[in-house]
Amino acid sequence: MLEVKNLSVSVHGQPILGGLNLSVKAGELAAIMGPNGSGKSTLAYVIAGKPDYEVTSGEIWLDGENLLELEPDERARKGVFLAFQYPIEIPGVATMTFLKAALNAQRRSRGEGDLTTPDFMRRVREASKALKIDMEMLRRPLNVGFSGGEKKRLEVLQMTLIQPRLAVLDETDSGLDIDALRVVADGVNALRDPSRGFLIITHYQRLLDHITPDTVHVMANGRIVATGGPELAVELERNGYSAYAAETV
Amino acid sequence: MAAVQETVERVRSIEVEAYKYGFVSPIESEVAPKGLNEDIVRFISAKKQEPEWLLAWRLEAYRRWLTMEEPRWARVAYPPIDFQSIHYFAAPKSGPAPKSLDEVDPELLRTYAKLGIPLVEQEVLAGVEKPRVAVDAVFDSVSVATTFKAELAKSGVIFCSFSESVRNHPDLVRRYLGTVVPATDNFYATLNSAVFSDGSFVYVPPGVRCPMELSTYFRINEKNTGQFERTLIIADKGSYVSYLEGCTAPKRDENQLHAAVVELVALDDAEIKYSTVQNWYPGDSEGRGGIYNFVTKRGDCRGARSKISWTQVETGSAITWKYPSCILRGEASRGEFYSIAISNGRQQVDSGTKMIHLGRNTTSRIISKGVAAGRSQNTYRGQVSAHRLATGARNYTNCDSLLIGRECGAHTVPYIEAKNASAVIEHEATTSKVSEEQLFYCLQRGLSAEEATALIVNGFVRDVLQQLPMEFAVEAQKLIAISLEGSVG
Repeated sequence: MLEVKNLSVSVHGQPILGGLNLSVKAGELAAIMGPNGSGKSTLAYVIAGKPDYEVTSGEIWLDGENLLELEPDERARKGVFLAFQYPIEIPGVATMTFLKAALNAQRRSRGEGDLTTPDFMRRVREASKALKIDMEMLRRPLNVGFSGGEKKRLEVLQMTLIQPRLAVLDETDSGLDIDALRVVADGVNALRDPSRGFLIITHYQRLLDHITPDTVHVMANGRIVATGGPELAVELERNGYSAYAAETV
Repeated sequence: MAAVQETVERVRSIEVEAYKYGFVSPIESEVAPKGLNEDIVRFISAKKQEPEWLLAWRLEAYRRWLTMEEPRWARVAYPPIDFQSIHYFAAPKSGPAPKSLDEVDPELLRTYAKLGIPLVEQEVLAGVEKPRVAVDAVFDSVSVATTFKAELAKSGVIFCSFSESVRNHPDLVRRYLGTVVPATDNFYATLNSAVFSDGSFVYVPPGVRCPMELSTYFRINEKNTGQFERTLIIADKGSYVSYLEGCTAPKRDENQLHAAVVELVALDDAEIKYSTVQNWYPGDSEGRGGIYNFVTKRGDCRGARSKISWTQVETGSAITWKYPSCILRGEASRGEFYSIAISNGRQQVDSGTKMIHLGRNTTSRIISKGVAAGRSQNTYRGQVSAHRLATGARNYTNCDSLLIGRECGAHTVPYIEAKNASAVIEHEATTSKVSEEQLFYCLQRGLSAEEATALIVNGFVRDVLQQLPMEFAVEAQKLIAISLEGSVG
């Protein structure tokens, strides 16, 4: 479903990705591991369409659609979801308001009507319960004063409500204690589906103790340098990235 | 939360032409010749069949005005105004004093219907659940219809056009007119005193809580016409009144002058809540046309424990020069100012408030939210002063500015003076931008750039929106969304 071909990206003139190739099939959960600065987050942002990331060559296709020709909101409505490493605060906007606006924007683009308030509330309540999110938290302004764990759980809640085609999780495990990590992993596992693809970016293997990937890619210096099964993650945990980081673009 | 959703929906429904009040109504009107001189002042006074004392008051103001100069200290720029090329009086021809709504020109009623004003009493009365709002509608220079008058009279509340109050309640008018904003106050207030045409008058008797919201809608229709209305509200001892004004004007290429005066008087234990949703035509994106909104609004907390609260949502006008103020004379009186000022395109806003603490233990609170987009300039200018006898005076000021884009400006100019050592004055100010990160986060969830901006701005101004009467908060949110159209590229 996701095809990244020979992708090169610069940020403010600085090359970050150089000739990256990657594919994720429907139903596949792919993990991307790599040392800091290898370009993992850049890949996530470029798929989602963040401004200031200049694609100097290459293509990104989702279900036969050229993502690079679409605005970020159009990509989102085509089914791209990015769980942010650092979720953004919006003062004065109740989290619930934001959730409803986002969900309805997506529904309208698919020609579905807005959710009624009771229907919306029911969905939020169910999803929140599974993620151990207190409804009181959803009345507070979006991400303002949330703990690291609350922010990450809210990202997974949004993913659960939006039900994307392709979910990209950028270091969703960072800053989580072991209990929160398990809750987040359960949330991801509950969404695994033959029609959905996952791209899970992580620095450590520990998230993959709870989410078993189909594929593991190792990223270094802006490219995928190795691909394997879950055993690759275990090997990385044991030996570190030094063997890969030595390779240069 | 539903209300924000509503904003987002309204944004979606908006057409390319953002200013939807820009139509002109085909109403024949009687217009005074252009220009200003003593004869014009006499003409206006005669049209209104005013008593001699009021004509004398006007003429004195006019003579004073001739010696005055336009204020130039505000952070706004515009070519000199030719005060001789303006019509100082325009009235719909059907006659200015209809006895009931049946006598009002149907074209006028259609105009107000287009503006969404519930002028027809029956409609409002029929919908039992609807909020009940008494409306005075001012079209160009005259008040054309005041609703719910009979019902208000039962509780002793007087709500009528200014001209009518001069005829029917001359003692009240004479006792209070010009006691808050003297005829000599400033260039525009003095001009208004000479040529004011109509406006609203409210008197709430002692101990009465006004049973409904009172509202005035101002509409400039005629070309080359200035609008100079005057509002006088008196809340007698222990009374309460909530009052709202809304303003719109047609799109025209030339600038039009609006120089109003509002005077509020609150006696012992009385409270006045005055809300404004100002949406005068702001001019086009290049700054052609639009209203010059040069307005003097002041409240006098004359009695002990009295309270005056100003809430304003300013989205319109090419230039806004406006500082709704409170004179805190009565002991333990309180003044409040809640403001949202939004500017886009080439709009220039210089607005704020004055809190003048004269009495002991007086308190005031200022919450100002400025939002600048496009190539607009948005200035908060506020004065807080505690005088020698104002022992225990307290003020809290919070001024936040939000910038959208790179070509606009936000400025905060506070003037603070304390002549009493026990006064406590706090001032907080922040300036922030709608960040690329916030926008991208919203877009990533599927919101369009305009939906995202409306959401972020509504979050920014939420504290102030909550001060508005419920039914107007929704209208204000809609306006905010409309006025920010095209501000994100």
